[in-house]
Amino acid sequence: MDWITIFSTTIKSAVGVETVLYGIAAIGLNVHFGYTGLLNFGQAAFMGVAGYGLAVTVVVLGMPFWAGIIFGLIAAVILAFLLGIPTLQLRADYLAIVTIAAAEIVRLVFRSVQFKDVFGGSDGHRGFTEGFYALNPYPTGNYGFNLGPIPLFFNHRTMWVITVGWVLIALACLIVHLLMKSPWGRVLKAIREDEDAVRSLGKSVFSYKMQALVLGGVIGSLGGFIYGLGYASVQPDVFGTETTFYMYTMVILGGAARVLGPVIGSMLFWVLLVLIYGVLSEAVRVGYITFMDTNQVGALRWILVGAGLILLLVYRPQGIFGDKREIAIDAR
Amino acid sequence: MRRAVIAFTAFLGGLIFLLAGPAHAGPADCQGLRGTLNFQGQPVNGARISVTTEDGKPVAEATTDAQGRWDVQVEDPGRYKVTLDVGSLPQNAEARGGTNVRTLSVYEGNCSTALFPLQPKGGGQDQGQQSDDNSAFWTRAAQLTFEGFNLGLIIALAALGLSLIYGTTGLTNFAHGELVTLGAILAYGFNAGMGLGLIPAAAIAVIVAGLLGYLQDRFFWGQLRRRGTGIIAMMIISIGVALFLRYLFLIVFGGQTEAYTQYNAQPGVQVGPISAAPKNFVAMGIELVVLIIVGIALLRTRTGKAARAVADNPALAASSGINVDRVVRIIWTSGGAIAALAGIMLGLSQNLKYTMGQEMLLLIFAGVTLGGLGTAFGALIGSLVVGLFIQVSTLWVPPELKSVGALAVLIIVLLVRPQGILGRRERIG
Amino acid sequence: MHAETMSTDRKAAALAAFKDLARDPGVPKPDPILVVDHVVRRFGGLTAVDVGHVEIQRGSITALIGPNGAGKTTFFNQLTGFDTADAGSWTFNGRSMNGVPAHKVARSGMVRTFQLTKALSRLTVLENMRLGAQKQKGENFWRALVPRVWRAQEDEITERAEELLARFKLDAKRDDFAGSLSGGQRKLLEMARALMVNPELVMLDEPMAGVNPALTQSLLGHVKDLREQGMTVLFVEHDMDMVRDISDWVIVMAQGAVIAEGPPSTIMSDQRVIDAYLGAHHDAPLSEGELEAQLQEAEAALEAEIEEETQK
Repeated sequence: MDWITIFSTTIKSAVGVETVLYGIAAIGLNVHFGYTGLLNFGQAAFMGVAGYGLAVTVVVLGMPFWAGIIFGLIAAVILAFLLGIPTLQLRADYLAIVTIAAAEIVRLVFRSVQFKDVFGGSDGHRGFTEGFYALNPYPTGNYGFNLGPIPLFFNHRTMWVITVGWVLIALACLIVHLLMKSPWGRVLKAIREDEDAVRSLGKSVFSYKMQALVLGGVIGSLGGFIYGLGYASVQPDVFGTETTFYMYTMVILGGAARVLGPVIGSMLFWVLLVLIYGVLSEAVRVGYITFMDTNQVGALRWILVGAGLILLLVYRPQGIFGDKREIAIDAR
Repeated sequence: MRRAVIAFTAFLGGLIFLLAGPAHAGPADCQGLRGTLNFQGQPVNGARISVTTEDGKPVAEATTDAQGRWDVQVEDPGRYKVTLDVGSLPQNAEARGGTNVRTLSVYEGNCSTALFPLQPKGGGQDQGQQSDDNSAFWTRAAQLTFEGFNLGLIIALAALGLSLIYGTTGLTNFAHGELVTLGAILAYGFNAGMGLGLIPAAAIAVIVAGLLGYLQDRFFWGQLRRRGTGIIAMMIISIGVALFLRYLFLIVFGGQTEAYTQYNAQPGVQVGPISAAPKNFVAMGIELVVLIIVGIALLRTRTGKAARAVADNPALAASSGINVDRVVRIIWTSGGAIAALAGIMLGLSQNLKYTMGQEMLLLIFAGVTLGGLGTAFGALIGSLVVGLFIQVSTLWVPPELKSVGALAVLIIVLLVRPQGILGRRERIG
Repeated sequence: MHAETMSTDRKAAALAAFKDLARDPGVPKPDPILVVDHVVRRFGGLTAVDVGHVEIQRGSITALIGPNGAGKTTFFNQLTGFDTADAGSWTFNGRSMNGVPAHKVARSGMVRTFQLTKALSRLTVLENMRLGAQKQKGENFWRALVPRVWRAQEDEITERAEELLARFKLDAKRDDFAGSLSGGQRKLLEMARALMVNPELVMLDEPMAGVNPALTQSLLGHVKDLREQGMTVLFVEHDMDMVRDISDWVIVMAQGAVIAEGPPSTIMSDQRVIDAYLGAHHDAPLSEGELEAQLQEAEAALEAEIEEETQK
């Protein structure tokens, strides 16, 4: 078994592109679900419109990179309003269904043949990242160090993406921290507990929910940019419902309504996933496991995600580090 | 409780190892072009596709298989021209808008998809005279109405269970789509794996699925309810269950599409303006009969009345001596069984895939919400509306976007009448 | 109760205002803070509320009583914007309030509590209190990001909250989660939180429901205190002893309509009230069977309505 590679990929995944992009999108989801109690099952759509906003601006309209970022952000804000104005008055479970439906609509439109000229159909778009990598301060080469026998290196492109990503995560966490300590955050948490009580105290519940939806959506959209830049492509099916479900797993794993919860959740999620996949697929390759092939190992780890989500909510709804008394989800 | 959950998880986990059958290798490394040809919801077999470089140098040719799929691998990334041989299509089919040539980029280590939407000949816009156009339109409308009714009935079967489970336990079950897939895959296992005829295979599958529904409630959801798990936590748990089952199916069943070994390619029958395979008529008959039986059971039998009472107001029902747990268990059992039936019917009219239920889940939700969450007959009507809407809307909307229309209608209905068609408004305070 | 001795002025003033009033439903008051006209709310075929005319005297404690299903809570919901009335109008301090959303109603000085207490469980008692304060700078998204802007106001709010908590004997609990409080303490917290809004009219929906008897006296004292501080109180209650004890005026609702008004000492002997409300079982709560019967009647009405609608 090639333990060196397994450990190398596992340790790298703790800070890698996937951890960054899911972590940041999960911070946005935490604003929705953890703090405000909004069951937004369409977070992937926020990532999608942002990634596509960037890609379409650069590839189809031929505009520069930064214009793409601006359009992506605007698209996320517009989506938040489109989603929020009708649905924020609905009951929690209706909101869940409507957001999931809306996200599915977004995905289906992105992948449709009808709009292939704009969104590129099921293959999506590529070739919109030059502007971003032109800003790369890292000269060509590999960066990192050897941890004993284990090499931990990223190339200059990946370095640039994850540097930007972690800066964005730090910023997002700082903003969420400041907001949730403030009276504004207090209103959000109160809405999560009981909307009618908040209304009876003279706060416009709708307005606050909308602000939370926009904030979380915009933070989520940053994850979409990181995806597009990190993988140099956007594809519609990446922004499907399962992506949102994985983010829920991360938020709950790290502890809902905790500032660093989603980030820790994303790190744990990917480390575990990569480790399990690495060990099992190596075991298959070497011949220790004979009843599965590598594809099935790939599926098996998602089975484990499902089982993990179930067990978490049953036994530790407050997350790995959470405090049982202040769990955001009413699990008892 | 702890033990029960662990036991259930272990039980499901054990299934992986018991059932992990022959490996299904997916396309691991792919660099080229591929696509799937479908015509009126059925795969097109034997259509010829040729791939050339942009300047016309031939690269490869391919023919679609029984699932309508084709695949061409290329050496170098770059721009390629894909041409669909119109002459190899079924007689009554043509490429929409006459476009049978597409130019696409192939990137290193990636496959690009070339799609050729097909439409019936004569369904086009600029053929014949006005009157011909008109009658063709109505023929198509009738055909689509029929297909929509068929789809609506399947959705209704699945929605009934979801709606009753929601009504009685408050659970918005995101794993209900997987119960649909379960039925289809079980039937496929008995049919293709064990060589049974499809009808006995389906019957066994429905019974097994009902049993699994019972066990699911007995050892899992029932235990969670007893613990007082909140409904939002349960909703997210159901997402976990959905992921768990979906990828379990991927391991057991594989990522490819399959069809039952029987009643596969039936020649169509013309009834009035509608043409369909006989299996579709039979399937619709069965669906209707089952729905009517369930409807009568809900209206007439003690258990059915009790179920409706619990769905209406669980606390009141419990205080008037109804054994809520027993009713819920019956609902889970029958809900699982009819969801499985829906899956079998779906597999019969389309094809089997491990994501087939997941893909239908939103339509089921749409049907249920449209009718009013928790009302059994609302779910029925809502589902039929959704099914009809999806199919009939393809008169004006491209078929790939037909679900978009249905989901948009779902959102709009929730805005105008959040309680659904048959639901009632809640009192505040 | 200490409030008793220093309260005589306000109480006397309130009683004086009611002294010569007729006992008819909708009788005009000398200085009404809330005037209601023809408010109607239907659920399907069931008319839950149909109030012709009612006025609430400023600076008084008015009780709203009536049998179960009389529409008291629904009436509260209409007035406070938690539900939309099918018809009617009402003014608060001369301002028309129909169609005004709940949070604006609260801002205008008309604050309610709920029959089932809505303590915000996973916020601390102090946070619950702070939430009630109005016009907070830190509740604006952008200003929230700069703690310097709102810190001073937050300290003021905290001070006021602590005073109120001390008055309601909840100061020892200030840092506990509200979810850990007992039922009675939650009622107290909810009332104290409502006071953080600085209301003119406090509307209490069954403030005594589910409260342990030891706390009842203290709650009663607090309600009387509200009047002493110049607030107007309108409350729904089933406990007739409490109504007799603290209210200055009683309004009786039955089947959605106001059927009588009068001072608490004599309202019980009013023939209309005895007929419509107390009837054969004076002072007895509805039996289980009657409750069920009422519920079934309502359900049947709804069912019929739904059937009607679907057949269209």
